Amino acid sequence: MSELDLRELHNTEFPVPADMQNNVAITSLSRIYNWSRRSSIWPMLFGLACCAIEMIATAASRYDTARFGMEVMRASPRQSDLMIVSGTVTKKMVVPIVRLYNQMPEPKYVLAMGACASGGGPFKEGYNVVSGIDQYVPVDVYVPGCPPTPQALIYGLIALQRKIDGQSLANMDDVPWYGVGPSDPVPIPILGPDIIDPRQMELIRQQAERAAGAAGKGTRDLPAAVMDIGKPRTVPTVESVTAEVKQEAGVPAVEAPKAEPAAEVDPEKAARIAKREAALARKRAAQEKGEN
Amino acid sequence: MYGTGILKGLSVTIKHFIDTYVEDIKYLGRRVLKTGESFQERQGVASRGLYTVQYPEEKIAVPERFRFVPFLVVEDPDHPERPGDDWCTSCGICSKVCPPQCIWIVRGEDPVTKRPIPQPEAFFIDIDICMNCGFCAEFCPFDAIKMDHDYELASYDRTGNHIYDKAKLSKPFSYWYGIAPTTATEEAADRGGWEHSDVIKDMKKKGQPATPVSIPYPEVRAEWATAAASGAPAAAAVVEAAPAEDESEKAARLERRLEALARKRARDARLGIQ
Amino acid sequence: MVDQAILPAALDSGDVQTAINHLKEMYPGKVQDDTRQGYSGVIIDRSVLVEAATAIRDKLGFNYLSSVTGVDYLGFGDHLEVVYHAYRITGGPALVFKAQTPRDNAEVPSLIEVYPGADLQEREAYDLMGIRFHGHPNLKRILLWEGFNGHPLRKDWKEAYYEQEHKPFDSRWPAGYARRAEELTVFGKNVQYPADLDLSRLSDTTESQLYSGMGLGVDVQDEVTSEGIKTDRLVVNLGPHHPSTHGVFRMVVELNGETVENLEPVMGYLHRNHEQIGERNAWNHNMPFTDRLDYISGMSNNLGYALAVEQLLAHGARYTPPTYRAEVIRVLMVELTRIVNHMWAIGFLLNDLGAFFTPALYAISERERILDFFEATAGSRMMPNYMRFQGVARDIPERIRSTANQLNDRVRDFNTMDYLTELINERIPGAIDELDRYLSDNEIIKARTIGVGYLPKDMAIAYSAAGPVLRASGVPYDVRRAEPYSIYPELDFDVAVRYNGDIYDRYLIRLDEMRESVRILKQVLPRLEATKGESVFAGNKAIYMPRVPLGEAYGRVENPKGELGFYVISQGDPKGPQNPWRYHVRAPSFINLTALGQMSKGHKVADIVAILGSIDIVLGETDR
Repeated sequence: MSELDLRELHNTEFPVPADMQNNVAITSLSRIYNWSRRSSIWPMLFGLACCAIEMIATAASRYDTARFGMEVMRASPRQSDLMIVSGTVTKKMVVPIVRLYNQMPEPKYVLAMGACASGGGPFKEGYNVVSGIDQYVPVDVYVPGCPPTPQALIYGLIALQRKIDGQSLANMDDVPWYGVGPSDPVPIPILGPDIIDPRQMELIRQQAERAAGAAGKGTRDLPAAVMDIGKPRTVPTVESVTAEVKQEAGVPAVEAPKAEPAAEVDPEKAARIAKREAALARKRAAQEKGEN
Repeated sequence: MYGTGILKGLSVTIKHFIDTYVEDIKYLGRRVLKTGESFQERQGVASRGLYTVQYPEEKIAVPERFRFVPFLVVEDPDHPERPGDDWCTSCGICSKVCPPQCIWIVRGEDPVTKRPIPQPEAFFIDIDICMNCGFCAEFCPFDAIKMDHDYELASYDRTGNHIYDKAKLSKPFSYWYGIAPTTATEEAADRGGWEHSDVIKDMKKKGQPATPVSIPYPEVRAEWATAAASGAPAAAAVVEAAPAEDESEKAARLERRLEALARKRARDARLGIQ
Repeated sequence: MVDQAILPAALDSGDVQTAINHLKEMYPGKVQDDTRQGYSGVIIDRSVLVEAATAIRDKLGFNYLSSVTGVDYLGFGDHLEVVYHAYRITGGPALVFKAQTPRDNAEVPSLIEVYPGADLQEREAYDLMGIRFHGHPNLKRILLWEGFNGHPLRKDWKEAYYEQEHKPFDSRWPAGYARRAEELTVFGKNVQYPADLDLSRLSDTTESQLYSGMGLGVDVQDEVTSEGIKTDRLVVNLGPHHPSTHGVFRMVVELNGETVENLEPVMGYLHRNHEQIGERNAWNHNMPFTDRLDYISGMSNNLGYALAVEQLLAHGARYTPPTYRAEVIRVLMVELTRIVNHMWAIGFLLNDLGAFFTPALYAISERERILDFFEATAGSRMMPNYMRFQGVARDIPERIRSTANQLNDRVRDFNTMDYLTELINERIPGAIDELDRYLSDNEIIKARTIGVGYLPKDMAIAYSAAGPVLRASGVPYDVRRAEPYSIYPELDFDVAVRYNGDIYDRYLIRLDEMRESVRILKQVLPRLEATKGESVFAGNKAIYMPRVPLGEAYGRVENPKGELGFYVISQGDPKGPQNPWRYHVRAPSFINLTALGQMSKGHKVADIVAILGSIDIVLGETDR
C-alpha cells in the first residue's frame, strides 16, 4: 500500500453484522486517537513568573490536574505535549522559550496562561517585555486573568481538550502534524540592540535605511489610521506594514489624527436616545397625572 | 538508630493517607448525596484530609470580594424608567487610577448640542493588560464599575476577544447584587438608596425619597418589574404610596419579607449553611 | 560642628548625626550634608568614597550595606547619584551617603572591596543607569543582555511603547481610543532599533560573553590530581528553565570533576522593568505592581511600599498615621504571609533535595487555607493589593462567604474570626509541628544538608545577606526589632537565630520563624477583637491621586525572604503630575544571591540546587 487514505478510517458508518451488534463498537480513528491524546497531555515543567505559582497550586492536591491525565510534568521538552507559558515573557526569556518549543515533538500545544503571556499584561509597556508569546510561537488557548485562579486554568485546560477533540486526522490542513514530513521550526530570535525576530529582518533593514535617510526618526513612524473608534482591528502583519512603509517611504512622519467622533449617529446610540425620551415622556405624563 | 527519622517521617505520610479516609467515612452519607453539605467542611479550616475540588463537576464558589476582570453596572433591562441605562458617568477616574492603563473611555456627547453628557460613548478594557487590581471599582464614585466573578474566560483567539467593549462589559445591577449582596447593600446604604447616586440627587431635588436600603433589593426589583408590567412608573407609585402607606400595606410588605426570609432559610438549610 | 573629641570606641554606637559629624571631621570639605528638601544623609566626594566607606564600616560601625542604587537627576542638577544605605548590624537607623557623578562618562569607585554585598547591586546600577563602577571586577550587564541599546532607567531613555512621561495617559479619557500598543510600532512588537543598526554586522554575543573567562574552549586545562587521576574542567549550564531554579534563574558553573570551582549567577530572564514602570506610575499605581515582586508574599510587599510612601507623606501637613486597627490587620496579614512563604520555601527546598512533591503538597495544602482568607478579605489569592497609604483597603469581612454564580458552584460560609482562630490556634501550629516531625530528623535530609552551603557570620554581613539566610548564620538581625515599624514594638516575640549557617539551619530557622509568627498572630487575635468596628483607614479614602511631599524615603520591612526596602524620591512640581522620580526596590532575593557563589564553592554540583533552594529566591523579585 503506497498511500494510505486516512479519510477511509474516519468513517463510523461501517455496517456491523446483526449477530455482532453487541460485541463490537465502532468509533472513528480520529475520535479514539484524540481521546487518548487529550487524556494524557503532559505539560512541560517550567514556570516563568507569578502564574507559575498558580500552575503549581493547580497541580497540587486541591485542584489536581491528574484528573485530566496532566500530572506528569516533564522537565524535558522532548517528553512534553503542552507548554504552559505561565507568566511574563521577557525578551531575554523568549529565546529559550522558542528553542524549547522547537524541541517539543509534535503534536504540541501552547497555552498562554495569564494576561502577561497572552498580551504582555500589566508589564506590557516595559522595555524588556514581549507583548504576548503569540508573537513568536502559535498559541492554542489563552487564559486571561492576573493571575488566573487554579479553576480558571483548569477551564483553559478543558478548553484545550475540547480543541483536541475537534481535530481530525482527515483534515490535514487543520492540523499540520497529521501531514507528511516535519514542520518548520520557529526561527529563534536574536538578542541585538533589541530583540530581533528573524522573520522581520527585511522590515528592520528597510526601517534602518529609512532612519539613516530621514534624520533618524523613521523607527517610530506610525501606520496611519490607527485611531478611529470602535472598528475591529487586527495587529498589522509584516506584509501590511511593509506595504505601508513602502508606500510612505521618504514621507516625513505624520502625527496620527486624533479620533473624530463618528459623523453619523450609530443605531445603538439612537435607540438609547429614543428610550430615554420615551422614559422622559412617561415620567412627565406621570407627573401631570399627579398634579391633576 | 539510623533510619528512625525516616520512619518517623513516613508515619506522617501514612497519617495523611489515613486521615483522608477517616474523614471520608465521616462524610460518607453526605458525600454520596453530592450536596454542598460536606463540601463546606472538607474545604474548610478544620478538615485534616486532602480533598480535591472536582472541577468542573463541583467548583469552589468565589468569595464576594473576589476580583477578576471588571464590568460595568447598568440598570436592569426591566427597570420601568431607565432600562439598561449606564451607571457610568464617564468621569474618567477609573481610567486614570488604572495602574496598567487598560481602560479607554470616550465621553458621551449630546448629538444636537455637542455638549458632553454624563454617559460613556464607548468603553474599552483590554483584559490582556488588566491586572485585576480592583482600583477602578474601589475608586469609582458612582459604583458603576465592579470586579466580575466570572473566571471562565479562556478563548482560542485573543485578537478579537480580549478587548472588551461596552456591550460586552455591561451587566445589570441585579447581576452585581447577585454576586456580591453584602457589598452591594453596603454601597447602596452609602449612596442613600438603591438608585444611582445621580438619580437619588435628582429625586431629592424633586422631593422624592430614594428606595431605602432597608428593603432588600430582590423585593425592590420585583416591585419595579410589576410596575413596569403595569405600565406605571414605579418610583412615582412608591412616592404616591409612601405618604399614604396604611397599615394593611405595611403588613403586606412585612409578610413579603418574612416569606423571602423563609425562602432564603430553606435554601440555606438545603445548602448546609448556618 | 563637633567640639568634643570622640573616642573611637564610642563610634560604632551612638546616633547617626554624631557619626556624620565625625565623618565630616575626617574628610573636611569632601563630605557635605544633603540639604535638599526632604533629604537626609551626606554627599561624599567620589574621590574619597572608598576611604570614607571604609571608615564608615570600620570606625563608625555601619557594617551592613543594605542598598545601593543610582538616581538620574536630569533637570535637577543634571547629575547621576549613587545612594548607599548602611546600617549597624546591631540595629538602629541608616547612615545614608551619596556620591555624585556627571551624566556623561559617569563613573564612581566601586565599593565591592569594602562591602562585597554591593557586587550585584552595582552591576544593576551599571546596567540600568549606565554608571561605571571603577574597580568592579565583573562589571557586566546583569538584568539585560550585553549589546542592549542604552540604559533604560536614564530619564532621557524612551521605551518602544513610550506614550507619555507620566500616567495617567491622556489618550485614555475623554477622547480615548482602544488600540493595542503593537499597532503603534512599525514592527508590531515591543521593539526599537538604533538608527545606525547594521544587520550585516549583527551577531548574538550574549552567550559567548557569558562563557568567556569561564574556562571554555582552548582554555580548558587538564589537571592531574595527586592520585594521578586526570580531571577536566567542565562548564555546566543550569537554567533558565531548569525545574529546580525556582523560576527562570540561571547558573553557569565551572566544575572540576563534580566539584564546583566557580559559579556565575545569570539573571534577568524575568526582568519586567518594575522600576521603570514604577517611575511612570502615579504613587497609588505602584501598589498592585508590588504584589508581583515577591509573588508568594504580596501582602508584605504592599506593606513595605506603604511604609516608604507614608514616610514621605509624613512630611506633609495633612498626614494622619494609620489607625490602630489598620496596623493590627497589617501585622495579621504580613505574619500569615510569612507562614505561607516559609511553608512554600520548605516544601520546595525538599523538592530540590529530591523528596519530590510530597512535602510541597502538604505545604501547599496548608497555604490554600490561608489563601482562602486572603481571597475573602483582599479579593485575590496571590495579588492582594490590600495595603493603602494610611491604612488598608477594607476591613476584614464579617464572614468568609461565597456566593454561587457559576454552574456547579459549591458555597462555603464561615465566620471570619472563628476561621482565623481555628487557623492560628490549631491548624497552622499543627502543620508546623507536622513538618518538623516529618522532616527534621530525616537522616537523608541531614546528610544532604548539614555542613553544606556554609556561610560564616562575618561573610553573611559582608555580603548583605538578609532574612533567614543572615539569621541562620548567627546574626540576630531582624528589621522588626532593629528598626521597628507598625505595632511590632508592643508584640512579644523573639528573633529566631541559628548558628551553623548551613542548609539545615536555614531550614530549621524557617520552622522557628513560623512558630514566632504564630506567637505574634496569637497576640494579634485579641487585638483584632478589641478593635472591631473601628476604622481601618485614616484620612480621606476617596483621594485617588495622593500628593506626596518632596523628598526621599527608604522604607523597609522584614519580608519572609529578608529585608525588602523601597527607596522612593518625590521630586518635581507639587502641582504637576504626581509620580515617583525614583522608585527602587531593594530586593532580598536578589541581594542574597550575591553570596551564592561563595556558598557553592567546593560542593558537588547536586548540592548547588539545594543551596539555591535554601536561599529561597523568587524571580519576580530577583529580576524585578
